[in-house]
Amino acid sequence: MTLKEIKDLVQGEIICGEDYLDQQIECVFASDLMSDVLTLKDVNNLLLLTGLSNLQSIRTCEMSDISFLLIVRGKEVTEEMKELAEDNDMVVIRTEYSMYKTSGILYNAGLPAVY
Amino acid sequence: MNFVYHVEGGDFTNAGSTSSQVKRMLKKIGVSPEIVKKTVVALYEAEVNIVAHAYRGDITVDLEEDHIKIVLADEGPGIPDIDRAMQKGYSTASQKVREMGFGAGMGLPNIKNNSDSLNITSEVGKGTTIELINYFQ
Repeated sequence: MTLKEIKDLVQGEIICGEDYLDQQIECVFASDLMSDVLTLKDVNNLLLLTGLSNLQSIRTCEMSDISFLLIVRGKEVTEEMKELAEDNDMVVIRTEYSMYKTSGILYNAGLPAVY
Repeated sequence: MNFVYHVEGGDFTNAGSTSSQVKRMLKKIGVSPEIVKKTVVALYEAEVNIVAHAYRGDITVDLEEDHIKIVLADEGPGIPDIDRAMQKGYSTASQKVREMGFGAGMGLPNIKNNSDSLNITSEVGKGTTIELINYFQ
């Protein structure tokens, strides 16, 4: 599934990375705990769902080689976060939907969990 | 080659900036992506630990042909019981640290899982030193 399709399914807003919306996503991980995100081994074409919207969620993606981030519960994304995400060529999308609702919609649409 | 980075306790804005610089450096010299990732994941957790628990610290990165050695030496409260701190789920982190997405007692286990060699020494009331080595092959 492409990021564009995901964005439409969750009525999301693109924060940065508009040029990469045709990228394919193959699996999803959802967590607010960054230490758990840091345990993931294979993150190719992985989308991270999180309600943690601060510099550390972007840093965690940078260290984990995760390029695609979907921020749930309509959390604010600061200019600093956006800049750091752009420096790392990331796509960041934001949705007003809750973590559960977002997960349900994406799972229903055929996106599997990473584990 | 030796590089030293300074980290201030409580400075969550810059937490991870050393790890970011080390990541760029390792990528530039052509270290494999898997080894870059495990090194920076271990380093990032350890860097966050300084910000979360210590007053200040220095990170010394020693880059050799076949390995990287990273020493994180902090001035802080120290760890009274290292074995206990190594257990998954044990944490003394503040609410502020938890709001940052850490502090669930996963940091030290994550560091251990991502280093080829790990040595932790600590003195209560003085500080903690973590030394980790990862080989490039």
